[in-house]
Amino acid sequence: MTGEQIIFLITAGFTLGSGLMVVTARNLVHAALWLVSALFGVAVTYALLNANFIAVVQIVVYIGAIAILFIFAVMLTRRDMRESGPQMNKNWWSGAILAALVFAGLAFLLQGWGGFSKTASAFPSGFDAVGELGEALVSPDAFVLPFEVASVLLLAALVGAVYLAFNKK
Amino acid sequence: MIPLSWYLILAAALFSIGLFGVLVRRNAIAILLGVELMLNAVNINLVSFWRYGDVTAMAGQVFAIIVFAVAAAEVAVGLALVISVYRRRNTVIADELDMMKW
Amino acid sequence: MTTELLIWLIPLPPVLAFFLIVLFTNRSKALSHTIGVGAAFLSFLAAMVVFFRAIAEEHLGEHPFASSINWLPTGETWLRIGVLIDPLGAAVLFFVAITILMIFLYSVGYHNFGQPAGDHDHKGLPPHGATVTDEHGHKHTVPSVEPMYSRFFAFLGLFAFGMYVLVVSDNLLTMFVGWEIMGLCSYLLIGFWYGKPSARDAAVKAFMTTRIGDVFMLLGIAFLYSATGTLSFREIFTETTLNALASTPTGVLGLSAAGLIAILLFIGTIGKSAQWPLHVWLPDAMEGPTPVSAMIHAATMVSAGVYAVIRMFPLLTAGYDGHGLTPEMTVVAFIGTFTAIFAATIALAQNDIKRVLAYSTISQLGFMIAALGIGAYVAAAFHLITHAFFKALLFLGSGSVIHGMEHGVLHTGNHKVDPQDMFNMGGLRKKMPITFWTFLIGGFALSGFPLVTAGFWSKDEILADAWYHNHYLVFGTLALAAFLTAFYTMRQITLTFLGEPRTEEAKHAHETPWTMTTPLVVLSFFAITYGWVGIPEKFPILGPLVNKNWFHDFVGHTLAEVPKAPEFSWIPLLTSIVVALGGLTAGYFAYRNVKSPAEDKLQIPVLKNKWYFDELYDFLFVKPSAWISEVFVSKWMDQGLIDGILHFFGPATGGIGGAIRNYFDVPVINRFFGDGSADATWWVGKNLRPIQTGRIQQYLILSLFVLLVVGGLLYFLLLA
Repeated sequence: MTGEQIIFLITAGFTLGSGLMVVTARNLVHAALWLVSALFGVAVTYALLNANFIAVVQIVVYIGAIAILFIFAVMLTRRDMRESGPQMNKNWWSGAILAALVFAGLAFLLQGWGGFSKTASAFPSGFDAVGELGEALVSPDAFVLPFEVASVLLLAALVGAVYLAFNKK
Repeated sequence: MIPLSWYLILAAALFSIGLFGVLVRRNAIAILLGVELMLNAVNINLVSFWRYGDVTAMAGQVFAIIVFAVAAAEVAVGLALVISVYRRRNTVIADELDMMKW
Repeated sequence: MTTELLIWLIPLPPVLAFFLIVLFTNRSKALSHTIGVGAAFLSFLAAMVVFFRAIAEEHLGEHPFASSINWLPTGETWLRIGVLIDPLGAAVLFFVAITILMIFLYSVGYHNFGQPAGDHDHKGLPPHGATVTDEHGHKHTVPSVEPMYSRFFAFLGLFAFGMYVLVVSDNLLTMFVGWEIMGLCSYLLIGFWYGKPSARDAAVKAFMTTRIGDVFMLLGIAFLYSATGTLSFREIFTETTLNALASTPTGVLGLSAAGLIAILLFIGTIGKSAQWPLHVWLPDAMEGPTPVSAMIHAATMVSAGVYAVIRMFPLLTAGYDGHGLTPEMTVVAFIGTFTAIFAATIALAQNDIKRVLAYSTISQLGFMIAALGIGAYVAAAFHLITHAFFKALLFLGSGSVIHGMEHGVLHTGNHKVDPQDMFNMGGLRKKMPITFWTFLIGGFALSGFPLVTAGFWSKDEILADAWYHNHYLVFGTLALAAFLTAFYTMRQITLTFLGEPRTEEAKHAHETPWTMTTPLVVLSFFAITYGWVGIPEKFPILGPLVNKNWFHDFVGHTLAEVPKAPEFSWIPLLTSIVVALGGLTAGYFAYRNVKSPAEDKLQIPVLKNKWYFDELYDFLFVKPSAWISEVFVSKWMDQGLIDGILHFFGPATGGIGGAIRNYFDVPVINRFFGDGSADATWWVGKNLRPIQTGRIQQYLILSLFVLLVVGGLLYFLLLA
């Protein structure tokens, strides 16, 4: 058991545990905060995968923007400061079974795949992953189009969200 | 040292947990939390396939970046919707939003 | 033009007249009778030319005027039709042409041409008279013109056509065509006044009765054709053919083929010439106008019957060797003789002037048939011709008498008086002299008044032939019939013309116009003189004067072997004279004082009622046929069985339809399939509806569940 593996296991457990708390916390604000920790765990996973830029973007975008947005939304839709009623609906056992089945199915399918137990190849030295990513994002014969479309998408989302949530008072 | 399978299993588990949250939580915002978890699981999958495949090919990371953008847009719009519904119906319980029933 | 062409043209003018009158000139009386009489005159001219050429011809018998054409293709050969004038044909043509012309002329006057239209005359009923006002303001009723004047001439033309076709034809087929045309015309003309029920019935009776004869005749023709392959006279009457036919047995009643054919053809003559037992139509045929009676019963139709037998004489006598009569000849002789006496007895008790003449015709035809039966070919032909003349004369004369009587009826206005009843007449000799003298000549000819009338010579020849060939029974019966003939003829003349008028109507009768009396005069000329062409060679005093029996020689040459004239014998001659004069005298003395039917001793019911034959036939044939058609066929079979079946189909189909509807359509198709599928769909919809709760998490659970199931199925069934 190398050190890397141990670190991975701790991170994985942390992430999964946070995820479970996200979906089972009664208090919605607690759930949102547990989401933050889960997202953090995912960022560490990215770092383990040598995807530095992605890890940083994860923290900035997800935790810094999205999770905060969630907390805002929770605040705006509370009738009072107390939480009342159960947090799960009455079909929670069928949901649990289905989720378990999905996990089992995915695992089964994946382990049937040849490259399942592949080990990582060495990260080439001197490889500027971020620079390459940047070039790929703006290079005309690479992925500039999806990049630009994504920005249009964000514009549309922005307009939509403003319109939807606009208070007409 | 760490086989790919570990990352994939991790992603699958996170995905299932997020799915459980989507299916089970009463509050609409909690459902969206579950959706976030699922999207993150997908991202883990994408990046690990990038790392354990050809590292020089940037498609994996680019895909993950795009997923970020989409997730952000989706959350924004989704929450705007929930707020708008809350203003109208004064509830965020998903079971009470059943105007599309027969 | 050639004689043959002329012969072809003889029948043409009358049929053209028929078409022209029917199609174009029906409205104009004058034009119609001009066309009619003109056509008859043209045919008369042509016939006379042919006749005179014929008698000038040497050996006409071996080389007759003949012409024929291919007409009907029959496999390899053709059926030929054509014309033939041999001596017999020429002689018959002569009298046919003259009598037809006389009758046409007579009809102009008979139907009162030139008189005003009647007060209430209808087409289809006899005219009833018109009221005219003279210059003093007196109203008189005068005879009115016949409303259907043109139609009469059209039918008469068709009738003439039929007779001419029959006379000139050289084969049985066209002869039969002419025969049938005349049958049709007899129906049309007897029923001319179709408004009278009695006339309609008489027309049907005539047609039906002659039809019965015609069926057998057609059988005979068919048999002949199948036995010999030809219908042409000259080809049938060759010695080989006749011998072959005479020696072929048929198995029917022991007759040879010739005999059977002859009998079948003779049955046609029994019908057409009103011999017993098919005589019943002829007296009823008096319903037609008198020119029709003259046409049918003297000039043409009944003569056609006898003519047919005379034509087929070689066939009838095939196998006759001059001694014993063959079976077919016996049949013919019997029928003829029986009819002669039978009809004569009935004539004694008839009061209608035309009925007496009708039965007298039947009787005289019997004479001719009997003559043929015993093999007296020339005598039969001779009597046929002389009879045509004096019988036509007598009928036209009776028509003149009736016209005169109708004058009287119109004068007195008493329409209950029958102008045809002889007991209402009397003394007409003073009022209608021409009619009287011509009628007298005709009546004496019929009775056989010696020497100066044609009837004497022909009747005497028949009796002489019978006596010579030792047919004593025939001789005796015919002599008796001749006596009765003279008796009832004189009865008729006495009652009608002699004595004093017995009724007012008879007192006011007067003579008829020239169009009616001229034919009487012409015919009486022939009634006197025609006999002199047939004076036998050995007749005392007159025979050597004439030197030869022209008629016998001429007509006799028609046959392959000229028949021998009978040897002269005093007995038949004296018998003829005695019966003729005796009958006339007896009739005069018996009736000169009889004033009413009550005084007439011969009004015996069985004779007056025609030996009840009409009643017998009604019982045997008419009523059963009526029963069969009205009850059996119409009521039982048609209405009962066939309509019953049809009426069964209606409700049956209705029942089947109802059953299908109630037991299959409604429960199965409507309820089960139709309503059932609707209900099922509704039930499915109702029960599936709760799935749509509007709650998104439930939708997700459902779709995820299905995804897992389908995915698992696909994976494990297809990929694993």
